[in-house]
Amino acid sequence: MEFSYTILVLIIPVVMFLLLGIGGKWMSKQFAGVLGTLAMGVTTIIAYSIALTYFFGTTQGQIVDGVRQQLQVLDFTWLQFTDNLVIKLGVLLDPITAMMLIVISTVSFMVHLYSLGYMHGEKGFQRYYAFLSLFTFSMLGLVVATNIFQMYIFWELVGVSSYLLIGFYYTKPAAVAASKKAFIVTRFADLGFLIGILILSFYSNTFNFLDLTTNPGAVVATAGGATFMGCSVMAWALILIFMGGAGKSAMFPLHIWLPDAMEGPTPVSALIHAATMVVAGVYLVARLFPLYAQEPGVLEIITVVGAITALYAAIVACVQSDIKRVLAFSTISQIAFMITALGVARPELHEGVGYMASMFHLFTHAMFKALLFLGAGAIIHAVHSNEVDAMGGLRKYMPICHITFLIGCLAIAGIPPFAGFFSKDEILVAAFENSPLWGTWLTVVAGMTAFYMFRVYYLIFWWNNPDFGEHKPHEAPAVMTIPLIFLAAVSCVAGLIPFGEFVTWNREVYHIHLNYTVAGTSVVVALIGIALATVLYRKENSIPEKMQNAVRGLWTAAYHRFYMDELYQFITHKIIFARICKPIAWFDRHIIDGTMDMFANVTNKVSVAIRGLQSGSIQAYILVYFVGVLLIALITWLCLI
Amino acid sequence: MEQSVYFYIIPSIVMFCCGVYGFITRKNMIAILISLELMLNAVNINFSVFNRFLFPDQMEGMFFALFSIGIAAAETALAIAIIINIYREVKDIDINELTKMKF
Repeated sequence: MEFSYTILVLIIPVVMFLLLGIGGKWMSKQFAGVLGTLAMGVTTIIAYSIALTYFFGTTQGQIVDGVRQQLQVLDFTWLQFTDNLVIKLGVLLDPITAMMLIVISTVSFMVHLYSLGYMHGEKGFQRYYAFLSLFTFSMLGLVVATNIFQMYIFWELVGVSSYLLIGFYYTKPAAVAASKKAFIVTRFADLGFLIGILILSFYSNTFNFLDLTTNPGAVVATAGGATFMGCSVMAWALILIFMGGAGKSAMFPLHIWLPDAMEGPTPVSALIHAATMVVAGVYLVARLFPLYAQEPGVLEIITVVGAITALYAAIVACVQSDIKRVLAFSTISQIAFMITALGVARPELHEGVGYMASMFHLFTHAMFKALLFLGAGAIIHAVHSNEVDAMGGLRKYMPICHITFLIGCLAIAGIPPFAGFFSKDEILVAAFENSPLWGTWLTVVAGMTAFYMFRVYYLIFWWNNPDFGEHKPHEAPAVMTIPLIFLAAVSCVAGLIPFGEFVTWNREVYHIHLNYTVAGTSVVVALIGIALATVLYRKENSIPEKMQNAVRGLWTAAYHRFYMDELYQFITHKIIFARICKPIAWFDRHIIDGTMDMFANVTNKVSVAIRGLQSGSIQAYILVYFVGVLLIALITWLCLI
Repeated sequence: MEQSVYFYIIPSIVMFCCGVYGFITRKNMIAILISLELMLNAVNINFSVFNRFLFPDQMEGMFFALFSIGIAAAETALAIAIIINIYREVKDIDINELTKMKF
């Protein structure tokens, strides 16, 4: 088959992982880094050729009657439990897969390149590249999965690689704690995912995406109207699957791991916690969208979760002082945009524009958020701090970083003609189609996005001119600025891609046309946000301080992320650990272990008691011996007479 | 005058019981060795006496007694050697103090 070489994009990274992971300690750091980057470059080229052939090739019948076909180019049976229960591994090519191949390979390659400069001289450089390869492999495996079980396998693999990379600086207690937190929270969500998969496949008898989505009505009907607690079991399955997606995509209230995950190296944040892994949840919902469309109630839940997350994260992002945390909350907010777009999408509403908008935003967001993170990395590299207090006036020292960061901010704020404008506009259109409430809600959040991004932009590059002393910030080396420039260029033009031609929910062509009312409103709101940020933060002044004091309670609450972490801490420690786990542990320690200890103790006591007989004193033995002999003699004598 | 076998056996039994008593109660290793010799000699007397009374024209009992005396001499030499070495090591020949190799 023409596309069977797709498997190469999985094989190359996994081979690199093994090579760098096992053989890394015999390689020089430079060699390992360059080797990893080159391999990633080859992977990128292959991924691009697959995607472009898929979208533009005409030979293989990718398009039939105006519908892009889903090609299952590879599918082999991995585990056959019963006739119905078969777990397969394979490669599925369809528009969103091809789109994700481009996103992942581009960002991953840029991060590989950038890390050559950023991680220069770090201890464990080879290990870092090995883990990057592992992550790339897992993420690509996730998007090409032909069935939900394969997706689950790779889903866990990206979780592991995320864990390994967050905890890269394993001597730092904060990094170790953050990696554990990320793993446990997403793992907890994945429990829901697994149960959802089991329910879904129990009724539909298949794991395969094609079987699940080509005729979703029949799949939902297989449940036969079975209900559980007032909801149909299919709705439960879909909610639980979404729970897994919400955990990975850091949706409220499972978002708590993502801000902490910023303890990892910044390029890792750019790759995993901004562009690729965290959108896995969006991808999952998009992949199963035809099924979700059968259950509008579930889509309503998704919308509400997404909308609350978008607002919450935007409010918190407005007051954070650590630039990576601002970007983290901005990521949460933007992913919530995508989730909301999927939630408001209905096949009957405007040709299901929400789905297209969500995927479009996923694409553009990956580019400009990776750009912003890499830019933030360059800044942190220059001033050796994450806090905005240590920055200010950096535009003079780092011109390239300044321009690219500004482009990223404009893109995320939704200013035409940068990428974010087009995708966000489609999301707002979709939201307004569904209900004015969500439309207005998201427009407000979009304005806040513009505000907090420009707040952090001004605080980094304008604000004041701190005295840097001897250690002047300097522009990053070329190996770091080239990815910035490339991603900035992409952020400038990505919005002009006629995305609707490629990716839509029914895989038919959709012509994007700007809705000028929505677009105009969102631009005006974004400009207001930017203007506000400009007034407040362009030059050092005391207005922000005064505003902060005016709403001190709200400000403090937002700064502490509305005490979500404390709430989790309280629930887990005070309630779950103290009320449930402690009694269970007591039972285990005293009843279960106690029984075993009793056996051991009794044996021990008896042996101590009778050990004295084995005195080793020959005289005592002899005495016993003679007494015995005399007794036997006596008995014999008595018997004889 | 008819000599009864009891004239010989009773001293032998007394000797043997003294040996057993000494072996069990004495703490000094030399005394234990002496008690052991006492027991052996009681047995030797028995060998000779029974040979004399039951099979007067045979000599096996006598040979056994001689044999036993020879072995007892060798054994005593060995035991004394061990006791001297123990004394050099721990400066004591009290049997209750020699617990170094217990357990």
